[in-house]
Amino acid sequence: MSKIFAQGLVCPLDKNNVDTDQIIPKQFLTSVSREGFGQAMFFDWRYLADGRPNPDFVINKPEYSGASILLTRANFGCGSSREHAPWAIQQSGFNVIIAESFADIFFNNSVNNAMLLIQLSKTNIELLFNRCAQGPQHWQIDLQSQEIMFGNNAAMGFNIDADIKQRLLSGLDFIGSSEQLKPQIADYEQSRKASQPWLG
Amino acid sequence: MAAISSARTLYQKIYTSHVVGKLNPSTDLLYVDRHLIHEVTSPQAFSGLKLARRSVRRPDLTFATMDHNVSTQRRSMDAAGETSRKQLEALAENCAENHIPLLDLTHPDQGIVHVIGPEQGLTQPGMIIVCGDSHTSTHGAFGALAFGIGTSEVEHVLATQTLPQQQAKTLKIEINGELSAHVTPKDVIMAVIGKLGTAGGNGYVAEFCGSAIRAMSMEGRMTLCNMSIEMGAKAGLIAPDDTTFSYIKGKAHAPKAEHWDSAVQYWQSLHSDIEAVFDQTVTLDASTITPQITWGTNPEQVMAVDQSVPAPDSFNDASKRDAAERALAYMGLAPGQKLTDCKVDVVFIGSCTNSRIEDLRAAATVVQGKQVAAGVRALVVPGSGMVKRQAEAEGLASIFKAAGFEWREPGCSMCLGMNDDRVAAGQRCASTSNRNFEGRQGRGARTHLVSPAMAAAAAIAGKFVNIAATGNVPGDQA
Ligand code: SF4
Repeated sequence: MSKIFAQGLVCPLDKNNVDTDQIIPKQFLTSVSREGFGQAMFFDWRYLADGRPNPDFVINKPEYSGASILLTRANFGCGSSREHAPWAIQQSGFNVIIAESFADIFFNNSVNNAMLLIQLSKTNIELLFNRCAQGPQHWQIDLQSQEIMFGNNAAMGFNIDADIKQRLLSGLDFIGSSEQLKPQIADYEQSRKASQPWLG
Repeated sequence: MAAISSARTLYQKIYTSHVVGKLNPSTDLLYVDRHLIHEVTSPQAFSGLKLARRSVRRPDLTFATMDHNVSTQRRSMDAAGETSRKQLEALAENCAENHIPLLDLTHPDQGIVHVIGPEQGLTQPGMIIVCGDSHTSTHGAFGALAFGIGTSEVEHVLATQTLPQQQAKTLKIEINGELSAHVTPKDVIMAVIGKLGTAGGNGYVAEFCGSAIRAMSMEGRMTLCNMSIEMGAKAGLIAPDDTTFSYIKGKAHAPKAEHWDSAVQYWQSLHSDIEAVFDQTVTLDASTITPQITWGTNPEQVMAVDQSVPAPDSFNDASKRDAAERALAYMGLAPGQKLTDCKVDVVFIGSCTNSRIEDLRAAATVVQGKQVAAGVRALVVPGSGMVKRQAEAEGLASIFKAAGFEWREPGCSMCLGMNDDRVAAGQRCASTSNRNFEGRQGRGARTHLVSPAMAAAAAIAGKFVNIAATGNVPGDQA
């Protein structure tokens, strides 16, 4: 496993409280598949009413085409629990999101799709936006050493939950690792039935 | 029950009693007592399960309904279009294949997942309840730890009946005193969100307590817990009491007679110990809360209905100033404007926040004998078949219909507009739902969140009304 978790172009989305209704509007939730959400990401911001791409929306700008790291601000992913939101972001080519904070359910959903979500202080987020203001940025993310590397030996450290780091590095099957506790699950069910028979 | 060595919060009690084992030093595997599923967030979970050749561990603890994507005009699988039909059919097939009970469109009790769970007695104190829907927090009103999950987690629960979790921080929201006559639980939770902000509860489980909460009906408590996700809280919780027990008694899936007393005895132990320490505490005086309305595009952009729309400059924080500016542009509002001068195009009474019988009673009290203003489209969408039947039996449906409201079949409807119930671009909607995000009710739609009584009053007046300044007393809140 390479020590670089991700590397690529950074797209700065300068907004707070980006909600999942914006990330993937409801009309795309009728699908029964996990695929095909990439084009729908940020639909209402990304396309004009007549269907043409909105040239003012940052993701549509030619200098950010092919970006794989999304930089944004506080409370990203608030709102609905739809996992279609991280699917859409991932299928648009992003596998890292850097923000001041994330909504809980969105955070879990993203991690469950092997995406890396990096939370930084408001000051550090500001510093990153300032870098982006100077022109398109290519960064490398080293998950092992927990660093965002800007090139020329400049880097910024980040914190991450040890278990999440382990999961992302090992690529462990989410369900498979819990299934190792099957005997305990069966034991729990038995004692539950004995002490709270009304639960079934 | 074993003696406890140290004081614990209600959340900690429920959490520890569900630990199956440890996955690693900080992550526990918790047992799930109820898994509610619906058509939108489950199909990919079932296909993932199949692909991995796994089966549903406890179909008897899993319950399904069709709600998000159904037409509320007529009961037919294809009434909301071709892709909706496919999704509804997928749910029906997955349930049949895995022996999961389903309240489908033909079932008389079908409805919004968070309305029917409690109605069917599926929601009980002390349980862990999950659902692929963020408003699962609603069930916390019963003293259950209930939270929304994503589709990968739905698949995980289907396969194992468990979920990996880490302990959340605890937040105590104490509301004492009496609510004024025109103030409803909806106004209370909107005021709380206004105070804490949309991210104020991130990482916390919020427990509501205090005399104002004790005085609330189960319907009111559900409204409160429903919207706790709008401040980012993982879950809302209210310790169960006699109000809770009498609501549950006799429901289809309530503990049977031979278990009832021991169930209640256990439920009575479900409260935070007096010495329990919370990570954060917020206190509110109920008597200071007034009818609320949102003016912006997230639930924290809220004010008392008699206030004026704030100027972006009035916010000290640069990001809030910026957000206010964008919100006012989207909402077509100017600083200093009074919403009571603002014309309303659409009125929506429904959603898992406010579509229960008590909500409809409150709205009908305001509507009785009056007419929906010219040019206003108003609809009432009951939360479930049970609510619908009761409202019809009580004569509420006839009050709404006589006034010019559309009286619909149960479903999520205009709360998120996945079906054909949408608000057009630029239109202003008084909505009893829970999210005023950009585009939530339709692209360009302008949503103002209010209580059922305020929504009803707006339908009649054709503009927003300060319900506290009228002679109307909304329906019985007791
Ligand atoms: S009524 Fe609205 S918030 Fe509630 S479950 Fe349905 S879509 Fe979600």
